[in-house]
Amino acid sequence: MTRALRLLRRRVVGSVFVLLIVVVGSFLLLEAAPGDAVDAYIVSTGGDAGMIELLRHRWGLDQSELTRLANYLWALLHLDLGQSVTFSRPIRDIILERLPTTLILMGSATVLSFGLGSALGIYAGARPGSIRDRFLSIGSLALYAVPGFWLGLVLIVVFAVDLRWLPIGGIETIASGKTGLARAVDIGIHLVLPVSALGFIYLALYLRMMRAGMAEAWRQDFILAARARGLPRRRIVLAHVARNALLPLVTMLGLQSAQMLGGSVVIESVFAVPGLGRLAQEAVAGRDVPLLLGIILVSAVLVVVINLLVDVAYAVLDPRVGAGEASA
Amino acid sequence: MSDLTISRRGLLAGSALLLASTALPTIGFAQTPKKGGRLVLAADSEPRNLNPAIVASNGVFFISSKIIETLAEASFDGKDGLQPRLALSWEGAADGLSVTFKLRDGVKWHDGKPFTSADVAFSALQIWKPLQNLGRTVFKDLAAVDTPDDLTAIFKFAKPTPFQLIRNALPALSSVVPKHLYEVGKIEENPANNAPVGTGPFKFAEYKAGQYYRLTRNDAYWAKDEPYLDEIVYQVLPDRTSAAAALEAEEIQLAAFSAVPLADLDRISKVPGLKVITKGYEGLIYQLVVEINHRRKELADLKVRQAIAHAIDKDFVVKTIFLGYAATATGPVPKNDPQFYTADVPTYPFDVAKANALLDEAGYKRADDGKRFALKLLPAPYFNETKQFGDYLRQALAAIGIDAEIVNNDAAAHIKAVYTDHAFDLAVGPPVFRGDPAISTTILVQSGIPDGVPFSNQGGYKNADLDALIAKASETLDTAARTELYKEFQKKVAADLPLINVAEWSFISVARDTVGNIANNPRWAVSNWADTYLAG
Repeated sequence: MTRALRLLRRRVVGSVFVLLIVVVGSFLLLEAAPGDAVDAYIVSTGGDAGMIELLRHRWGLDQSELTRLANYLWALLHLDLGQSVTFSRPIRDIILERLPTTLILMGSATVLSFGLGSALGIYAGARPGSIRDRFLSIGSLALYAVPGFWLGLVLIVVFAVDLRWLPIGGIETIASGKTGLARAVDIGIHLVLPVSALGFIYLALYLRMMRAGMAEAWRQDFILAARARGLPRRRIVLAHVARNALLPLVTMLGLQSAQMLGGSVVIESVFAVPGLGRLAQEAVAGRDVPLLLGIILVSAVLVVVINLLVDVAYAVLDPRVGAGEASA
Repeated sequence: MSDLTISRRGLLAGSALLLASTALPTIGFAQTPKKGGRLVLAADSEPRNLNPAIVASNGVFFISSKIIETLAEASFDGKDGLQPRLALSWEGAADGLSVTFKLRDGVKWHDGKPFTSADVAFSALQIWKPLQNLGRTVFKDLAAVDTPDDLTAIFKFAKPTPFQLIRNALPALSSVVPKHLYEVGKIEENPANNAPVGTGPFKFAEYKAGQYYRLTRNDAYWAKDEPYLDEIVYQVLPDRTSAAAALEAEEIQLAAFSAVPLADLDRISKVPGLKVITKGYEGLIYQLVVEINHRRKELADLKVRQAIAHAIDKDFVVKTIFLGYAATATGPVPKNDPQFYTADVPTYPFDVAKANALLDEAGYKRADDGKRFALKLLPAPYFNETKQFGDYLRQALAAIGIDAEIVNNDAAAHIKAVYTDHAFDLAVGPPVFRGDPAISTTILVQSGIPDGVPFSNQGGYKNADLDALIAKASETLDTAARTELYKEFQKKVAADLPLINVAEWSFISVARDTVGNIANNPRWAVSNWADTYLAG
């Protein structure tokens, strides 16, 4: 286990630099975008020159870019994410409000795509080239090719509008007053469609990766040996072929977590889920630089943490990982 | 109720819809309103500040007009197009230096404190005049508000101010907020800006960011038996396709402000139990305008501007882009305005040959590739229709040898590019007509406006005659004379084309049949909904 810990320490130090680059880079990118928070605000209000000047002053936009970046970093050092320009509330509160929703959505979708994807991958990879393998491979590819918002809309039309089995959107029944288990069930029902829309798209990746890895493994000598030893086929498929094909999937899991954050922007809009993705979209439209930086930072931390966990899992799954570092 | 539900075919038959609408009397309903129920409707945005006294915009009014009331509301059949709300009567002095409001008796704030003239004086002097986006212009000469008794407020102006302007400004600019909550601390940071307290038929109950706003019935409302509804819930639906789906699935009962895209209306009007309503927005007219940068040598030439005006097929725009839900425009005042509009202005019928001839005359001959000159076209991204018109305009200009390159921006970038950086040749904009040309219309062509002021003349246009006319109208007290000056204004703008008015449109509501008393005033979506009810 010390192997994994050492790995962890190295990664954490590296991550701090990654996060710093992310913050400064995002800040500069946002500054390069034409228009500021006041420009975005006056779209819906209009206003004369005096009012606009007043707003710029009140929101601190009359300071130079460098001053603002320095102030932001200084506050960040004190673990303060600052104040949102468009919501006039502490960014920490706003993000904490939305984060659980996105985590549940992303988490469930990841479990769905990884779980179902690898299970179907094993099913397909158990007999590469069979009819069921072809069918699953093509089917999953078709799903992967579908744009997320479209899949979301189709699910809405079929299951919410025509069949009326499930609610159209939102995270829970509005102003229902439900608590405890009833509320959890309510949230679960509301999540079925968005999780499916988000999960089904990425399912193909795991399925195909698992299948390809297994097809490869079947040709290896140790499989031949296992078969020669007379192991039951079921055991060969699960313990030997699938296990060896699993490693790249775990890597993919880490990479996909970042992708899925991006995908949730679209899905959260379509299903009116009040998550981090939609907040990010609003922050960009409103040119709310500190809010967007906060979201990016939290997302980056999230991705870094997930990848750390993946690395640790990797070290546990594959004894060779990190072994070299121990002797160095 | 059938005269409210309009099929698309019926609409296409006459795009004079907007024109006729204000002339119609209030529609009588056979049904008696029913009490109780929760109305759930779609909201597409979440305003950062819900105080309509500070932010007079439709997005804010949509929610807060049910909570906070104005002195008067727009009306189809009331005198001067108004009906009393917090004020019972209003009278302007002949010298234009004062306006006297008699206020409603027995009105209470949601926290139980009585509403008095002190609240009106505070709102006007401390908020409308110094802080409100529109009030800063209209109330700029307001010097004091006298309150001889609790039910009288006398506005005193430092300079003569036309009573007609103040009257026309009442529905949008006169939201009254409670003095006792706002007199401590900074007004802009007052918590009541996000949890408003007013005198209206509904009280603010809760707001869940990204999910919904909930308003509940004000049992102590001053109008007897009103409101009818127990609750109003605004469900935040950022995606416009989901609003239509939510209506069909009966999760919401109303989608106002064209939350259902025009292209979906034909289909949705055939869904049993849903009705498409085009009335109730007559006082919220958006104008489709081609903004022109007169700093460009070619565009400074009147002949070129005339050619562009002749190149635009307004009927086609109304039929194809707005699917008939709009009217063609003749000038800077919309056709449906009951006070100021005149049709007696120079017009520019669709005529490509004439447009080409004008450009030849102006000396911009076609080069070998058939092009005369190139320019940058920036369509405003706020509405689908402004973007689509940008695409149409590009084609229309190509037909007369002008090569327009479309530059797409998001809202913030567009505002910056057009109104601060002037980095455009032509822009497509949707300015709003707010019942009086002096509120937000003359600013579109007036010179001397500082850089960065949105929805104003940032095209470098300067016309001393027009400026003098605008200045004169702003201090003319006599209503008839003032109206006449604005008719003159329309003629001059249509003749000199500082910008080109193409069409006028407003919004569409889609509701379930059970929702009653919809669209019974010209600003219905942003009025107080005290008489809205749910049948069955």
